[in-house]
Amino acid sequence: MDPRFHPGDSVRVLERNQPGHVRTPLYVRGKVGVIERIVGSFPNPETLAYGQTGLPYKMLYRVNFEQKLLWQDYDGKPEDSLEIEIYEHWLEPA
Amino acid sequence: MSDQHHDLVHATHTHDGKPIQNDERPPLEAETLETAVRELLIEKGVISSDEIRRAIESMDDRGEALGGKIVARAWVDEDFKQRLLSEGDAAVQDFGIDMRPTELCVVENTDEVHNMVVCTLCSCYPRPILGIPPAWYKRRDYRARAVREPRAILAEFGTTIPKQKQVRVHDSNADLRYLVLPQRPAGTDDWSEEQLAELVTRDSMIGVADVRGPTD
Repeated sequence: MDPRFHPGDSVRVLERNQPGHVRTPLYVRGKVGVIERIVGSFPNPETLAYGQTGLPYKMLYRVNFEQKLLWQDYDGKPEDSLEIEIYEHWLEPA
Repeated sequence: MSDQHHDLVHATHTHDGKPIQNDERPPLEAETLETAVRELLIEKGVISSDEIRRAIESMDDRGEALGGKIVARAWVDEDFKQRLLSEGDAAVQDFGIDMRPTELCVVENTDEVHNMVVCTLCSCYPRPILGIPPAWYKRRDYRARAVREPRAILAEFGTTIPKQKQVRVHDSNADLRYLVLPQRPAGTDDWSEEQLAELVTRDSMIGVADVRGPTD
């Protein structure tokens, strides 16, 4: 499986409402970040959690977000950041 | 028996004088299933009760002592540190640790960056190294506030991060498990690896505290 994104790429997390066992927290949905690294392919937790195989595997990335873009009133250093793991099917180019 | 005598006898007991009752909640479905599978495996001779006990004991033994050894090794051995940062799973195998099915991601605190770890979704934690997470790590307020106002949370842990230093929060929401490599404290240049390991605390490896040295 070839990764669709690479370190340094700008990505947006999809703003999708999806019920069930979803690992993409609301606070990053719709936000723009930068791929920090490709983690590799992992079983899809959205089906694995319900006793299924998790196939096809999903590519997982670590995405870096500037805190001030996540929270309008963020009160820290402008460079403060947050890193989180996002599966490829939750990302689009930004 | 006089009331006074009765009180004296009971002063040495810790229970409230009522008969022991079964006041535990009924088992969850998953607990009943676990008991059934465990008993079957033992009955069929697949595993023994002693093997289960030893596995639980080994899990309970994990904690800051094991994490401290890894951190101390990284402080004294640059090659190990680079391996720990780039391929954590392989590096901690030196300590008999198997991270599977998760992967280890070690993040290094420096003069420029302070890292801290949270799992906003539940309580993901590097259990093969640090064992069971502390109760506060699982609390809703820590999980919500660590991503929202990390500097305020850190200050509540007694860790004030200078304004010029970057704070980087890691949300452990999927398949990686995070260990913070804290900074080696000043005044420990001539300390042995074993002495250094004793300084390292659990909270410093979650990133809510720094490691204190002899001069702090």
